[in-house]
Amino acid sequence: MSLLTIDGVWKAYHQHPVLRGIDLEVEAHQVVCLIGASGSGKSTLLRCVNLLETVDDGAIHLDGAEITAVDADQDAIRQQIGIVFQSYNLFPHMSVLDNITLAPTRVHKVPRKQAAEQARELLGRFGLAEKADEYPDRLSGGQQQRVAIIRALAGRPKVMLLDEITSALDPELVTEVMGIVRELKDGGMTMVMATHEMGFAREIADTVCFLDGGVLLERGTPEQIFSEPVEERTRDFLRRVLESRRM
Amino acid sequence: MTTSTGPAWVKSERQLERERLRRRAGLRSAGVASASTIAFLVLAGVLIVTSPGWDRVQRTFLSWPDFTASFPDVLRGFGENIVMFLIAEPLILVIGLLVAMVRSVKAPVFFPLRALAVLYTDLFRGVPTLLLIFLVGFGVPALDLQGTPSDPMVLGVSALVLSYGAYVAEVFRAGIDSVHPSQRAAARSLGLSHLQTMRFVVLPQAIRRVIPPLLNDFISLQKDTALVATLGVVETLRQAQIYSAEHFNYTPYVGAAVLFIALTVPLARFTDYLARRSEQRREAGSTT
Repeated sequence: MSLLTIDGVWKAYHQHPVLRGIDLEVEAHQVVCLIGASGSGKSTLLRCVNLLETVDDGAIHLDGAEITAVDADQDAIRQQIGIVFQSYNLFPHMSVLDNITLAPTRVHKVPRKQAAEQARELLGRFGLAEKADEYPDRLSGGQQQRVAIIRALAGRPKVMLLDEITSALDPELVTEVMGIVRELKDGGMTMVMATHEMGFAREIADTVCFLDGGVLLERGTPEQIFSEPVEERTRDFLRRVLESRRM
Repeated sequence: MTTSTGPAWVKSERQLERERLRRRAGLRSAGVASASTIAFLVLAGVLIVTSPGWDRVQRTFLSWPDFTASFPDVLRGFGENIVMFLIAEPLILVIGLLVAMVRSVKAPVFFPLRALAVLYTDLFRGVPTLLLIFLVGFGVPALDLQGTPSDPMVLGVSALVLSYGAYVAEVFRAGIDSVHPSQRAAARSLGLSHLQTMRFVVLPQAIRRVIPPLLNDFISLQKDTALVATLGVVETLRQAQIYSAEHFNYTPYVGAAVLFIALTVPLARFTDYLARRSEQRREAGSTT
């Protein structure tokens, strides 16, 4: 049984469908990369999995339980899923440490001291030990995004959703954030990430999915998708990405 | 910050000349500002002093003996004003915050509560404060209900709380709405409930933003405590009224005005200071 099962999910905004019957299975310890043009539905799909959007049809199961059920406990489900946004969304009025310990202390009822210890340990592991008491606006974009990842990790989620987490960063800061993701994969974390970094997707993904106009058009191993895509639209998309890189 | 290597900086002749000119221009504008201020004050003073009624105004509004005779009573009355707003302010904050929070809850179960909150702000923001003081001050005792207060001070403060609670609720609501939805999304995605999100993420940011407008409302409230005089509470305005009715002299009103100014000006400066500080912080630059 897969850890995360997305089954015929539809989502529409004002009668305009942005997800059109998405099917996707994510096995435990797998990394799935979602690629596709802006507006193809990558972010919406992730927001549906995290229940920030309600699906308009279909179902999503996590660990065998349907999380899109009407009577599901949304807060309890979100505690099992970590999400990191393109725009970091750290809480500006809290120190880095408080950002990370908020959910563990308030939601998971971990004693403050223990939560702080765990947070410091995570910060140390990802090279941010000396930033624990800084406020987010004193940090670079890359550092903020790393803190956002640690904040999501602190709740010990079963699966991490990464929504174009490097898109807002200067090129030289992208690598430090990718480093963290690489480490998470080595640690066996299950991840679904929407990304525009094709090189990174090729390196880290077990499965790459190409979304086009709300449809999951093609999926396969990175080698299949990037070297010999079957669909015409996938080839088009990859060629356009390559061309823009060359400029 | 220091540069590690490179040439040492010796100011060029051009830059020194530029700074000399800038200094001279600065001195000149300071001179112009003080000269025009003095000219304005002298002109205004001359206009007032040479006006035909100046002698009478001096006698009835600015009489030193009347001032010293009435001031102790006026000052004692001002104590009542201070008591009134010290009681009213925390109550207003609590009511305002509660109403604003109720209005931000979207769950359908709370529809009646939400409707009530909207009705409350619409009603009490719409009625002039003085009119509300009359309605509460004379209307509630007329009900003759067991347990309703009849002390005019309690009734007056209640009216002020009702009126200002509606204003402050709107200020809080604007603050809550000004927190970007992505903050809420981030908090909810960590598993925080609606209430926890409100308490730990939204409200701390919202309240910080609305402190200057809140203080502004409180300056207004401090002045409006004088309206309660109409219910017969012997506060500072009433004391001044009593004295001037006995002695046909308006100087105590000026004394009362000075007291209100002495109270509100520091708060106004403090509000300016807070607004400036948050402005500077914004300029210092945050990314989200």
